[in-house]
Amino acid sequence: MIAGWEALPAALAAHLAISAAALGLALLVAAPLVLLMPGRPWLRRGVMGLASVVQTVPALALLALFFPLLVLLRNATGLEVPSLGLLPSLLALALYALLPLLRGGAGGLAAIPDGVREAARAIGMSPAQRLFHVELSLAAPVVMGGLRTAAVWTIGAATLATMVGQPSLGDLIFAGLQLQDWRQVLLGCMAAAGLALVVDAALGLCEAGIARRRWPPALAGIALLALLAAGVAGWWWQARAASAGRPVVIGTKTFSEQYILAELIAADLRRDGIAVEVRSGLGSGIAFQSVAAGGIDISIDYSGTLWTQALGRTDVLPRSAMLPILARDLKARYGVTLAARLGFENAYALAMKRSDAQRLGVKTISDLARVAPQLRLATDLEFQSRAEWASLKRSYGLGFASMRAYTPVLMVAALKDGAADVITAYSSDGALAGADVVLFTDDRGALPAYDALLLVAPGRDDLGRQLARYEGRIRVEAMRVANAQADRATNKRSPAEAARWLARETGLQ
Amino acid sequence: MLQAPPALSLSGVTLALGGVPVLNGIDLVVPAGSLVALVGASGAGKTSLLRLVNRLVAPDSGQIRLFGADIAASDPVQLRRGIGHAVQGGGLFPHWTVADNIAAVPWLLGWPKPQRMARAAELMAMLDLPAALASRFPAELSGGQASRVGLARALAARPGLLLLDEPFGALDPETRTALADRLEALHRAEGLTTLMVTHDIADALLRADLMLVLEGGRIVAAGPPRAVAASPHPAVRALIDQPLAQAQALAGMAP
Repeated sequence: MIAGWEALPAALAAHLAISAAALGLALLVAAPLVLLMPGRPWLRRGVMGLASVVQTVPALALLALFFPLLVLLRNATGLEVPSLGLLPSLLALALYALLPLLRGGAGGLAAIPDGVREAARAIGMSPAQRLFHVELSLAAPVVMGGLRTAAVWTIGAATLATMVGQPSLGDLIFAGLQLQDWRQVLLGCMAAAGLALVVDAALGLCEAGIARRRWPPALAGIALLALLAAGVAGWWWQARAASAGRPVVIGTKTFSEQYILAELIAADLRRDGIAVEVRSGLGSGIAFQSVAAGGIDISIDYSGTLWTQALGRTDVLPRSAMLPILARDLKARYGVTLAARLGFENAYALAMKRSDAQRLGVKTISDLARVAPQLRLATDLEFQSRAEWASLKRSYGLGFASMRAYTPVLMVAALKDGAADVITAYSSDGALAGADVVLFTDDRGALPAYDALLLVAPGRDDLGRQLARYEGRIRVEAMRVANAQADRATNKRSPAEAARWLARETGLQ
Repeated sequence: MLQAPPALSLSGVTLALGGVPVLNGIDLVVPAGSLVALVGASGAGKTSLLRLVNRLVAPDSGQIRLFGADIAASDPVQLRRGIGHAVQGGGLFPHWTVADNIAAVPWLLGWPKPQRMARAAELMAMLDLPAALASRFPAELSGGQASRVGLARALAARPGLLLLDEPFGALDPETRTALADRLEALHRAEGLTTLMVTHDIADALLRADLMLVLEGGRIVAAGPPRAVAASPHPAVRALIDQPLAQAQALAGMAP
């Protein structure tokens, strides 16, 4: 049984729902624009230019950009605008679907011969009659072509909605990527591709029916689409019936430790009869913003990250001084409760192959600074723009021959394959347990501590009290082994299985 | 005795499109039942003159009366349904069958379907279109057939006024003559008033009751073909002298 199999129906339905909603919204925007275009070349140029520019923005970035935009909007208007989940996904995907719709629409209308338009007016058709009986009828095949392209693009891009907290088939893909569970990645991809093919085929039947003015294929296409809609509606109905009231939502960032801890807490709360939903694969900053906004109820974060990213501090304090300030300021500025310190640290560290470190005589980051100009550094995607890197540079005078960003799961591989000499690593990373790698710690105290913390959304102090029992219960050794169980290539365990092991090991069960 | 108003009259009509003057001070009276030929070089304003009559464009000044009534006071959509207009190039709806194309205006006017189809069949027979073409689409027609369908569409709702913009433009001479003969017969039989833009000067001279020569947005000669043919105006001579010389040369060759 492939991991993620049981999550597939819900992910499929959610994926279809968000795709359809985005496509519908895009159609509502595109249709009037297209209809206004004939005779207004400036409008055509402007709108098509804008849509083309949008298309050059990677879909992932477009989704992510809507988060700060909506936060700005909320702050500017004072309205309760949700900045995560459905709304940003809907807006970004709709924007992304605009170009093919506009192209198809404008192209279809432009392809109508001038003589036909003139004749339609000359014989006394009203504007509405011209629109429906001539312009739209004639443009329909090209318009449908644009709609099909838009539908396929949207279904593909909707996998990225996972990153802003909207459930989709991306849940399977991103979880699989982080856990290096390629079968789960494949399952998510194939489900998305299959969905795209089915929708494309249904629209293709509609297109054929319209183009040849034949009802049977058009009806078959409509029936297929209706069947998909019924599937979504059925799932929604069932999900609604199943969860009386909103479940507690645990959000995770995109790495194994987060998945495992989320499963650990979820299992624990479920034993108390609480309905729990795990929303996995949130971007690092988005996870915190989500818990602050109440979009999720529980998140797992790290003191050093919160210190620099959420509080914007650049000073480095000892752990004993830092945690009380963090707890106070998170509550005061965001209403977020620091429910528990789990007991282990997942610190940023720099790592090298043991053989390289011995040859170059590197034992500390200070030693590393000496030889760094000849070495290549591989970092995770965010490290180079984080305050921690600035602080390391400042404290140690670190400077590398080159720096390149990698997806976290590939960094240890980059080191082993010789693509990089030094990598950024996390002290609780399971991959380090097996690898012949040396971790250099921060001997000058340039970095804050990265204690793993449980955060609880404003107004959920009940959960805060419940989670207090995790205080100091998880040691770094245990966490590292659990991470290795989920990350390793052979005898891989699912996050839930690793969480059960961790619960037994730490006596939390 | 009270005289019936003319089918169409224009007085002091001027039109500019996009700031460019197209028609300038057009005065014109078309008696009911006449076949009027509009001739002139390309860009002289012939098509615009037709488009003014069914309000596809509005004049900048001047007045246009149709059977005595100012068209500016009419509803343009209703007005157009009462005027048969065959636009340049035919403008057939590619997604409608031949019969539906022909019966377009009756459909707009709400005729019941049997009546529409009967009218379409009648017109197809009158214009020598095989009945089997009724369910075909315009892309399947020859140039001559498409022209006939365009003409049939203009005639379908029995309009009082017919506007024809180069109805035989792209046809070979034999087809053109046959179709023009048929049109002229229909025009006489149904008591129509017809305004026809044409480049076929000889045909216009031989068939029209009234001939108008346009140049640079003005009518430079108007009247019965015989009178117009005698006009010394350079624009008229430029149009007429060559076909006239050809006709004389041809007459000399006749056995």
